[in-house]
Amino acid sequence: AVCGTSRQLAPALGYLGSRQKHSLPDLPYDYGALEPHINAQIMQLHHSKHHAAYVNNLNVTEEKYQEALAKGDVTAQIALQPALKFNGGGHINHSIFWTNLSPNGGGEPKGELLEAIKRDFGSFDKFKEKLTAASVGVQGSGWGWLGFNKERGHLQIAACPNQDPLQGTTGLIPLLGIDVWEHAYYLQYKNVRPDYLKAIWNVINWENVTERY
Amino acid sequence: MLSRAVCGTSRQLAPVLGYLGSRQKHSLPDLPYDYGALEPHINAQIMQLHHSKHHAAYVNNLNVTEEKYQEALAKAQIALQPALKFNGGGHINHSIFWTNLSPNGGGEPKGELLEAIKRDFGSFDKFKEKLTAASVGVQGSGWGWLGFNKERGHLQIAACPNQDPLQGTTGLIPLLGIDVWEHAYYLQYKNVRPDYLKAIWNVINWENVTERYMACKK
Repeated sequence: AVCGTSRQLAPALGYLGSRQKHSLPDLPYDYGALEPHINAQIMQLHHSKHHAAYVNNLNVTEEKYQEALAKGDVTAQIALQPALKFNGGGHINHSIFWTNLSPNGGGEPKGELLEAIKRDFGSFDKFKEKLTAASVGVQGSGWGWLGFNKERGHLQIAACPNQDPLQGTTGLIPLLGIDVWEHAYYLQYKNVRPDYLKAIWNVINWENVTERY
Repeated sequence: MLSRAVCGTSRQLAPVLGYLGSRQKHSLPDLPYDYGALEPHINAQIMQLHHSKHHAAYVNNLNVTEEKYQEALAKAQIALQPALKFNGGGHINHSIFWTNLSPNGGGEPKGELLEAIKRDFGSFDKFKEKLTAASVGVQGSGWGWLGFNKERGHLQIAACPNQDPLQGTTGLIPLLGIDVWEHAYYLQYKNVRPDYLKAIWNVINWENVTERYMACKK
């Protein structure tokens, strides 16, 4: 079970230079494991191409950022920020996403998480409706999220554009993310994003979401 | 097959609803060619979904939103602005896009437009590189554009996120748009957006781009 970023040990490059590169986490199941809800072709492209590209580009960007930092070049640092957010966010988001899904998923959560959902949304079905609506309603690329508001101590639904990471941009702790970039569903569901949303509830890994909560 | 050059939004006449209420609904412009006409560069399945589903949805939702906007008071009008921009921009952008493409397209422009491209970018190839890079580099959904800066009297390359319309958000007059939403290429090119960009140059309708250029130079 992979939470957050996996790092492989890079050779130590000295006191100022040592930094571990990010690496693509393994998928906890086969590419075809989530069929018929999300097909194997999507899972393979999504993990081995899209997520892999975020990882590679994040490493490249961090390398450049390290150099800019060492030179004290603030302009260059700022110029690199969009790439950091995009690729870093992409890596964070997808690393969470793979663990949020499972071939043994679906149904409803139990115990404390279910109680919190009932308390904060009225019922599990109302929560499902809200997160579905938020995800379907993203205009362009982005993610729907179930997050935890630490300050207020309650669950909250949010949507983020592009690869903006939930915690980095809103402060909410990510529990469950729904990728609504077209690459996440188009090969199977074409333009009908709502059908993808209907299907994905069948593979939500409530154990993982509960762990995070 | 209708060969109507469509610039901007097509409006069909809606019944007159009275002085304050009359408003013409937007409608989906016909594609100037068959769905399969741009193969092998952009396949028929993409063109059919793109036109009859995606663009159609923008048109329908734009009409719904404009209806609500008409009835709304100031506070609600502001709340409706994102839907207006998204669906209105989607309709504007795709209406331009279909005319920017042609089964007889490709090659290079001629005459005044080519001269302007050489003047403002150095060469046609450099311009191609820049617009390709801007389009490939869009993070998320959006469009690459060749636009005309009326104030400065020169061509400019820009990228816009989501369905933000070029003119409405930057003031540049749109001449040539490249849709880089994943729905525009994914079924054929998957994650390899650069391959889609390579292919699309084969179907650019330089006659149409030139028409648009000449129109905004006046």
